[in-house]
Amino acid sequence: MATKVHMEALSPTMEEGRLVKWTKHEGDPVKSGDTLAEVETDKAVMELVARADGQLLKVMVPEGTTVPVGNVVAWIGKPGEKVDGDGAAAPAPKSAPQPEQRAPVAVRSAPEITPADATRVKASPLAKRIAKDVGVDLKLVQGSGPGGRVIKRDLEGASATPAVATATAVPRTAYGAQRTPYEDVPLNQIRKTIAKRLAASIGPIPHFFLTTEIDMERAAEAREALNKQLGEEGGKISFNDIIIKAVALALVQHRACNAWFQEDHIRYWNEVHIGMAVAIEDGLITPVIRNADMKSLREIAAESRELAGRARNRRLKPEEYTGATFSVSNLGMFDIDQFTAVINPPEAGIVAIGSIVAKAVPDGDRVVVRRRLRLTMSCDHRVIDGATGAVFLKTLKQMLENPLAMLL
Amino acid sequence: MLRPYPNEPGSFVANFDVIILGGGPAGYICAIRSAQLGLSTAVVEQDKLGGVCVNIGCIPTKALLHSAYIANLLKESKDFGVEASGVKTDYGVAMKRSRRVSDQNSKGVEFLMKKHKITVIKGTGVAQPGKKVKVGSDVHEAKKAVVIATGSRVKGIPQIGLEINKTTVISSDEALVLERVPDSLVIIGAGAVGMEFADIFQAFGVKVTLIEALPRILPIEDAESSDVLAKSYRKRGIDVIAGAKVTKATVGKDKVTLDIEVGSEKKQIVAAAVLMAAGRAVNTENIGLKECGIQLTDRGFIKVDKNLQTTTPGYYAIGDVAGPPMLAHKGFREGAVVAEIIAGQKPPPIKYDNVPSVTYCHPEVASIGLTEDQCKEKKLDYVAGKFPFSANGRARGTGETEGFVKILRDKKYGEILGAHIVGAHASEMIHELAVARENEYTVEEIDLAIHAHPTMSEAIGEAALDSLGRVLHI
Repeated sequence: MATKVHMEALSPTMEEGRLVKWTKHEGDPVKSGDTLAEVETDKAVMELVARADGQLLKVMVPEGTTVPVGNVVAWIGKPGEKVDGDGAAAPAPKSAPQPEQRAPVAVRSAPEITPADATRVKASPLAKRIAKDVGVDLKLVQGSGPGGRVIKRDLEGASATPAVATATAVPRTAYGAQRTPYEDVPLNQIRKTIAKRLAASIGPIPHFFLTTEIDMERAAEAREALNKQLGEEGGKISFNDIIIKAVALALVQHRACNAWFQEDHIRYWNEVHIGMAVAIEDGLITPVIRNADMKSLREIAAESRELAGRARNRRLKPEEYTGATFSVSNLGMFDIDQFTAVINPPEAGIVAIGSIVAKAVPDGDRVVVRRRLRLTMSCDHRVIDGATGAVFLKTLKQMLENPLAMLL
Repeated sequence: MLRPYPNEPGSFVANFDVIILGGGPAGYICAIRSAQLGLSTAVVEQDKLGGVCVNIGCIPTKALLHSAYIANLLKESKDFGVEASGVKTDYGVAMKRSRRVSDQNSKGVEFLMKKHKITVIKGTGVAQPGKKVKVGSDVHEAKKAVVIATGSRVKGIPQIGLEINKTTVISSDEALVLERVPDSLVIIGAGAVGMEFADIFQAFGVKVTLIEALPRILPIEDAESSDVLAKSYRKRGIDVIAGAKVTKATVGKDKVTLDIEVGSEKKQIVAAAVLMAAGRAVNTENIGLKECGIQLTDRGFIKVDKNLQTTTPGYYAIGDVAGPPMLAHKGFREGAVVAEIIAGQKPPPIKYDNVPSVTYCHPEVASIGLTEDQCKEKKLDYVAGKFPFSANGRARGTGETEGFVKILRDKKYGEILGAHIVGAHASEMIHELAVARENEYTVEEIDLAIHAHPTMSEAIGEAALDSLGRVLHI
């Protein structure tokens, strides 16, 4: 009789495993102890080994599928032997869209089993055509039709996105010709464990903080020059505007920080929308500067002034204070040297701006007076790890210390 | 549901979850769906259950149209090798048969109310504040909602002297119960109602003149559909006058004289009777709308939001009173959807742009979506695919070669922007396109579905192919 191959608990805390790769294929001879597959556990990628001799008769779950411990993943037996239930008995594998799925294995002797929902995209024929033409990945679209099917209405904004990008004629440095506003990446086992453990440790969002001191001398000079050029026609550029622009451009280079935590996946945004914390009479609101990476300083200045004004008068529309992908909070005007801001979920990060103060700093063997800014980034550890945040801050610091870098 | 104070007039009588004013299509479906969802439901109806549709609309006219079809068929039967001599028509007999059909349907609705344990309250309901409905001296209270489904009625044009007098100036209400047909009849309005009665009365030997104010008959249909029908009607001897304005009407005891203007031309028509088939008035008077704070639109319909709730929370409106199109099947859907909303569900929104429109004249006219003129107005990039029934084997076999199928395809993605069918059984065939549009199938999925041969429906597949430049049978 054929022997079942189960998903085994390969670590003490493992509850489910993602079948990364089958190292043996249907029809291959196997001996007890042979590695059958690579399985990603909550800690690492481990090997699933054969517990019987014979032939790998049937593979029950395709690569990329997450399977609870104990479920049957394959059958081993004598060549030609019948397999119980032929898949019908196996519990339905739990699967998520797998954009990072590897190329399918080329040789398979037996007919392939494809679980109904692993590869199938639920979309109307019309939606499929539009998506193909516009270049939208339907797996990333939330469907509003029956049973979550993607219908034409769900794609109505999709064609507009690239059109806006071309209209502003600003080359999108890092994301190039990408047409979707974001990409959803399912949580891998390590990320799931990090999310669970760290959330349990501090509130629902496990914050951590990174502080850096930035030399604002050149940014200040640039600001003075720009404002002089703008002259009396108004529309002065503030430090905050420069910081928003720099943050947006740095996010373009560090997409890992431009993301939303969505419980079972992380949404990495291809668009940069900066939330700008504005103190109002009885609270705080964060109007959003959309596509801040593609806007000129002058546009950002005008928009932030206008939004802040309306925010104080409580005249913002809901779409004007929602949908930010990252936020900036500034208490510099209140003479705060340094502070930590609280993340506005589902965003994964926020930078807190202190006041710009003249300080004596060593310059070689002399001491010079420079205008300095202390900036603290709060990170959601479920999305951003220490090093990820640090490299982002490094780019941001370089941009502010050498504003010409923003032109690159 | 006990009467707490049985002898006191005007006393509070019973509590229901939902009280529906009107037992027409929208109302009775709303009642059935509400009952299915476990709500205690009452329907208030002053006349017969089933409303205009069952009693003086959709259903009896279909019975009469079939009589007309048989009369016309017998005129040609010799060609088919069947000689029917001495064929006589008797409208009175056809009318009585149509009444029986209506009564059966109305009884059917009564049975459905009983089956679902819905309380039918006979009388005229008046909505009152606090989700109450007064019927006579009794006041009923709805715990969840009051649904207004009072429908619409025929209307005359008193401004030009054409007030319905029920003898020489009649409406469909009277036309449906005539014992004898008049010698001659002018029908004012060539929408669905006017077209159907022109078909019926012509078959029963009446000299029919059909007058339409807009430039073509069946003004809401595709211009090509109007053309086929105008041609077909004229061939049969119906005088079709479109773009005509009635300037004066002189109503006599046994005749009516109409002065009409067609462009710069002036004409006078004399007929034994005039049938008013131009528009309907909604029943929004004397049902307590104002007292409940329920507002109307500029056009006189009850103002509703996307959940069909009126301007007063807890009061909903469905069917004709809630706005156009004034069609029973639109009312059906609104009735079901409102019941689900009241029960706390979130039904998918109604697609008002995907409501089929059908006129049951011969040949039938059915359509869904945009007309070709609307595509042009919206500056859409479209391709029209067309297939005539004269090239369809089944249609040739039955001698029903009039008409066509036309599909308007979006050039870029193949979306079915609109579809128009003129021909025998068009009313049955349109649903292939309704399902296709509802599911966002493109013309290619229509073609991929294998159509049985020989059928009239093959023309749909061919029209889809024609829109792709690949028509096979022409």
